[in-house]
Amino acid sequence: MAITIKKSSKEVEGLIRRVEEISGVDLNLCYQCKKCTSGCPVAKMTESPPSEIMRRLLLGAGDELLGSDIIWACVSCETCSARCPMGIEVAAVMDALRILALEKKAEKQEGNVPLFNRAFLSTVRLFGRTYDIAMIAAYKLGTLKLMNDTEKFPTMLKKRKIALLPPTGADRKTARRIFKKTKQNKAGKE
Amino acid sequence: MKYAYYPGCSAHSTARDMHESALAVAGALGLDLIEPAGWTCCGATAAHQTDPVLAASLPTASLLKVRDMGLDMVVNCAACYNRMKVANHEVSTDPAMRKKVSDAVGRDYDGSVKVRHIVEVLLEDVGLDAIKNSIKQSLNGLQVACYYGCLLVRPHEVTNFDDPENPTSLDRLVTAMGGVSLDWPHKVECCGGGLSMSRTDIVVSLTDSIVGMAKAAGARCIAVSCPMCQINLDMRQQDIEKQTGTRHDIPVLYVTQLLGLCLGISPDRLGLKKLMVSPASVIEKIEVHANG
Ligand code: SF4
Ligand code: SF4
Repeated sequence: MAITIKKSSKEVEGLIRRVEEISGVDLNLCYQCKKCTSGCPVAKMTESPPSEIMRRLLLGAGDELLGSDIIWACVSCETCSARCPMGIEVAAVMDALRILALEKKAEKQEGNVPLFNRAFLSTVRLFGRTYDIAMIAAYKLGTLKLMNDTEKFPTMLKKRKIALLPPTGADRKTARRIFKKTKQNKAGKE
Repeated sequence: MKYAYYPGCSAHSTARDMHESALAVAGALGLDLIEPAGWTCCGATAAHQTDPVLAASLPTASLLKVRDMGLDMVVNCAACYNRMKVANHEVSTDPAMRKKVSDAVGRDYDGSVKVRHIVEVLLEDVGLDAIKNSIKQSLNGLQVACYYGCLLVRPHEVTNFDDPENPTSLDRLVTAMGGVSLDWPHKVECCGGGLSMSRTDIVVSLTDSIVGMAKAAGARCIAVSCPMCQINLDMRQQDIEKQTGTRHDIPVLYVTQLLGLCLGISPDRLGLKKLMVSPASVIEKIEVHANG
């Protein structure tokens, strides 16, 4: 397939170097065998499969790569990393791209994965453990897709698959400390 | 045999049945599972996708509590198991990460707590012979597709669980219970894991292919060991039917639920009522044999 790359030397340098820095991966090792793509469960559903992302990064792609749909379709299954004959942690490259996409506020963030992650983590920060109802409410309000999956809630409640009361017994103090410190740590870097 | 048992958050919500069946089976086999006081969430996919230091620090908080107990940590949830092992790996191999983590948690941690999946404990510490001897009711030739998903087997250099492409741990347990474990190609495919709510489209498509393949291989039920796999494969069968018209109707049980049934534990104590696709056919198969 044809790969188009916008080359703007400043961004170019930045993206590949930042990806290597965050992921610890040497992108030069990739020799385009496409084994990562063959095993990737979401490759068929996305415009740019993992091997193409690797190639584009190497060819000097800039910030526009952060709009690739696979970044938020990737299910972190690590099949790509497990099967790469060069031992490249392709999944770590995906992690790095997600982090950069959030950092640079790339526009296309399909399916609200970041919003779900925030909703999830905010309950952990408050309670030390996840709290379904609060997490679902925060996520649903954020996406405004209130009706998705709601037909399952009555059954799930009946089967006690959703906890109504907040979790108790967690060491909330340590959890809060971890969130506070890692936030400071991140802020200090930027 | 005493262990520090980390239930994980889903033990009190979507996967109460995973938790209840693990405790019931452990009790029947003489395993003493002690919950570490104050354990906190492992951070799951959300932390992993957000910040590497946060992702290593959250599991460390609980690992430290287990270190204080001087026991091995036993985990049933494959996702928690994976996060614990990754955290251990990171702090023990990356001194800079260890420093950041100890700063966040407030205590230094060297990554030394041994983390084991309950399936490993069943196979290695209890052993197949002892399990066979404890079994009261056989699976009676029930055809089971054992599904491992991602988190137990990958990354293999970190989890070191079984064979990463063709694991057989669950299969060996099922065979010991008198079931027929099937050879099928989707043992380690991904179900979409943590994207169940945020990318339901992807999850429905992946689970359709997994459950469909299990059925094509002749499965009467799927055995799992991960709460995300369980809820995706079980609950999404409704969505698959709505979207494609195909009704798979394959019950998805935790391996500890199957084992519990074979040990003669009542379906209620194993949380079988919590399954979305009814496991009645599985229970019937076991009971017919027991009574006949
Ligand atoms: S499997 Fe490895 S070497 Fe092959 S294309 Fe993917 S990243 Fe490159
Ligand atoms: S980790 Fe992501 S990119 Fe790699 S195979 Fe899985 S879904 Fe594809």
